[in-house]
Amino acid sequence: MSVETPLISDFQPFPSASTEGSLAGVRVGVVTFPGTLDDRDAMRAVRLAGGTAISLWHGDHDLRGVDAVIIPGGFSYGDYLRAGAISRFAPLMEQITAAATGGPGALPVLGICNGFQVLTEAHLLPGSMIKNNSLHFLCRDQRLRVENADTLWTSDYAAGEEIVVPLKNQDGQFVADEHTLDELEGEGRVVFRYVGENPNGSRRDIAGISNAAGNVVGLMPHPEHAVEPGFGPDSSARGEVDLRGGTDGLGIFTSVLKKLVG
Amino acid sequence: MPRIVVDVMPKPEILDPQGKAIAGALPRLGLTGFAGVRQGKRFELEVAGEVTPELLEQARSAASTLLSNPVIEDVTRVEVIQEDAE
Repeated sequence: MSVETPLISDFQPFPSASTEGSLAGVRVGVVTFPGTLDDRDAMRAVRLAGGTAISLWHGDHDLRGVDAVIIPGGFSYGDYLRAGAISRFAPLMEQITAAATGGPGALPVLGICNGFQVLTEAHLLPGSMIKNNSLHFLCRDQRLRVENADTLWTSDYAAGEEIVVPLKNQDGQFVADEHTLDELEGEGRVVFRYVGENPNGSRRDIAGISNAAGNVVGLMPHPEHAVEPGFGPDSSARGEVDLRGGTDGLGIFTSVLKKLVG
Repeated sequence: MPRIVVDVMPKPEILDPQGKAIAGALPRLGLTGFAGVRQGKRFELEVAGEVTPELLEQARSAASTLLSNPVIEDVTRVEVIQEDAE
């Protein structure tokens, strides 16, 4: 791929001395595949949380020195084979897989929706996603419980805290064999669980999980759509909010920024 | 031109929502003799020349790495089909 001139709105200056040691000095990469829908929203969430968002292209071989990576939702390569199956072999995914499995100090990676599916196909997370048991595309505001607040991506929440963020997918039913599910539960790697009616048949109401090291987290619902008053869900687990006033998802993004700056 | 056919089926222990929906539709057509339906995938890999053992091995490798996800699916067939067969 030839060198592209960045659009003015995309231009990110190198962190200056004044941003050293501040949240703005933390660079979070957001990957775009052909068909990705929520890359702009994820970048906006990073900025609203105080960090610097860096656009990454699936066909590149360069992680551009980012401190963390978000694989956003939408679709990738049309999801023709299975959701995330072809994206797994994208050049940038090889870089991400290598960096995310590098032992202590490994790259923090968050996969949202299709990004979660990509992470399971890449074997960075166990299990897989099949069609919702209703067979319908589902779009609604979903209540979740943060089961593990010790991961890099959830430390701004309290364990057991509930949040409301949008859920929108067709292949959202998390499945794994019983042994894997027991292992996830036993090691505290169930990070998010659906509260109330299970929306898609996911085993043990699991909405999000982490890898053994805790640096890789994936979840089906969309925290990046609940970060800004006026553009979020109509409800919050923290009480009454204005119309579209829910911002319960912002903690995901502030968590990783604070962990990385600290 | 020979083809290598790869069949992929959802694992028996994985609930197949698509198959379940089809099974629900059959009685509406008056076809009540079926206890269940499972929906899989069939891939046809076209080969320009002869199917060599190396090529068949490549097809097996494609079947287990890209065409199926071993967490939810089994490869149930990798077989060479000649043009006039089937």
